[in-house]
Amino acid sequence: MMFWMLAKVGVKSLLANKLRSFLAVLGIIIGVGAVISMLALAAGTRESIMARVSSMGANLLIVRPGQAGRRGIMTGTAQTMTLEDAQAVAAQVEGVEWVAPVVSGSLQLKYFNKNAQTTTFGVTPSYLAVRNFAVGRGRNFTDVEVERMARVAVIGPTTATNLFGRDEPVGETIKVKGVNFTVIGVLQAKGDQGWANPDDQALIPVTTAMKQIFGVERVREIDVLTADGFGNQRVVDGIGALLRQRHRLAARDEDDFNIRDQAEVIDTMNTFGFVMSILLGSLGSISLLVGGIGIMNIMLVTVAERTREIGLRKAIGARERDIRNQFLFESILICGFGGVLGVALGVGLALLIPWLVQMAGQEQFTTLVELNSILVALGVSVAVGVFFGYYPAKRAARMDPVEALRYE
Amino acid sequence: MPAPVIDARQLRKTYRIGDQEIRALDGVDVLVEEGEMAAITGASGSGKSTLMQVLGCLDRPDSGEYFLDGEEVAKLAGDRLAQIRNRKIGFVFQGFHLLPRLSALENVELPLMYAGIRDPRPLAEEALARVGLADRMNNESNQLSGGQRQRVAVARALVGKPSLVLADEPTGNLDSKTGAEILALFNSLNAEGKTIVIVTHDPEVAKFGRRRIHMSDGGVVPADRIARTDSARFAGAEAAK
Repeated sequence: MMFWMLAKVGVKSLLANKLRSFLAVLGIIIGVGAVISMLALAAGTRESIMARVSSMGANLLIVRPGQAGRRGIMTGTAQTMTLEDAQAVAAQVEGVEWVAPVVSGSLQLKYFNKNAQTTTFGVTPSYLAVRNFAVGRGRNFTDVEVERMARVAVIGPTTATNLFGRDEPVGETIKVKGVNFTVIGVLQAKGDQGWANPDDQALIPVTTAMKQIFGVERVREIDVLTADGFGNQRVVDGIGALLRQRHRLAARDEDDFNIRDQAEVIDTMNTFGFVMSILLGSLGSISLLVGGIGIMNIMLVTVAERTREIGLRKAIGARERDIRNQFLFESILICGFGGVLGVALGVGLALLIPWLVQMAGQEQFTTLVELNSILVALGVSVAVGVFFGYYPAKRAARMDPVEALRYE
Repeated sequence: MPAPVIDARQLRKTYRIGDQEIRALDGVDVLVEEGEMAAITGASGSGKSTLMQVLGCLDRPDSGEYFLDGEEVAKLAGDRLAQIRNRKIGFVFQGFHLLPRLSALENVELPLMYAGIRDPRPLAEEALARVGLADRMNNESNQLSGGQRQRVAVARALVGKPSLVLADEPTGNLDSKTGAEILALFNSLNAEGKTIVIVTHDPEVAKFGRRRIHMSDGGVVPADRIARTDSARFAGAEAAK
């Protein structure tokens, strides 16, 4: 009953000054809209980065030569890792599912008169499993072909298009740095990952690459896929111990390799996403704060305008808390209403932004409105109502009935 | 014998305006028995309004005793005083003071709401029927004439069954005909046993009081001296009767 009456009086007094109420609410609408769309932007970016990072697999460890300096800066470039290291890791470290030694370089690929500058990886067949690739057409090369230093290549779909256009590449011969290779397979498309396009690459047996193409004795990195549920850290420790032993490092020597844990990268990305949410969220919150000041202003005006009403209510027995609650309720009502409209605006913006970005000719761009952010924004707008409504409500509650009744 | 509705003794209230001290109430005694209809009169500045505010528990006296319906209220303040007003006093103001955008019924329900009564509707309907507005209950106050508005205000004053109805210039904003109707309503309420105090500067209205409490310079003028200090207009009105 009391609540109903409050709601009715509140709504009616808002409706009595439609334009003014709307202007007061506008600050909250924009504030909540900004919070929602900013958080959606942050969440969308985080999700798409995460999708890209995890497409490489959370179980991926990358072992590279050189020391891991502080703050992740690599110092030392000594090439210390060999194919035998890779074999030892595969054979002796517990929790290792797949191991792929990698050498790589950007090379000129030729097919008749067509050229393509492409990153070429010398790998073992397990590289596909380690890096989450799949063969689309043709086949992967085999361990036997690696052993025999066969001149076969598996190429990415983008590379295939660059070299062959619409023609079938499987079975054709291409020149890699002047050496003939037979294309035996084309990878499935994976999508651009932003910093490197995994669809534009060529994979050849690591032995062939080391001996005939790059002329190196050492590998650039060893990719390791850990077994599910085993725990990356145990594998990292195992590999570390094995390599230190194989490289004959004394106890006081630092590692001459470093192991990057993809799960850590995902963690880092998560942290980054969280920080971004906070940053963008607080940007939005500032406008919500400004909106709250507008609410306070309008509530002060309302209280002043309704001084006689307050006087009358006090004369017929309203206690201070009755008056305070009434105006607090109205403030919350305005802010809650603004919050709902703001959510609509925010969701609308979150849908509009990717579309605008696409219209501007940019790559795909995602936003993600999370239920959490809607609830938080609504909660915050109600809190703004309480916070900025409290002072005007308190002021109304403290009015002297005699003065208030006499007010013109 | 029941306690008097109003038993106020030696009420004092002083205002300061700049350097000047104004003794609005300078040792005022007021006694109103149950079922009485009294008029508080006096010129502007006589302390009449201050007396009304103190008797109405809207304000506290600086000193003195005030028993309202047997309860000492002179020292109470804030929410306690609000509760006293809610339970014991029904106000009728010159400017009606209805809440706009609420129906007559909702306006009358207000005091009951603050009293925490769960189902105020039947009582509010009863009070509106008593003042002759049974067919206007759902009208908003801006759809009512001045006389009707004041009737709603009277219903609002009655609905909580207060010990005292305190009317402050109840006819001040009404034409003489509707004013007379409102006064007639007070008369019939008084006939039913309601204790009513009307504050007015208008001698025509004051006539309705069975007893007059005339204020001058912050004090009550003794009854036998009213005729001499009062305006000729009042005497004339009395003679015309």
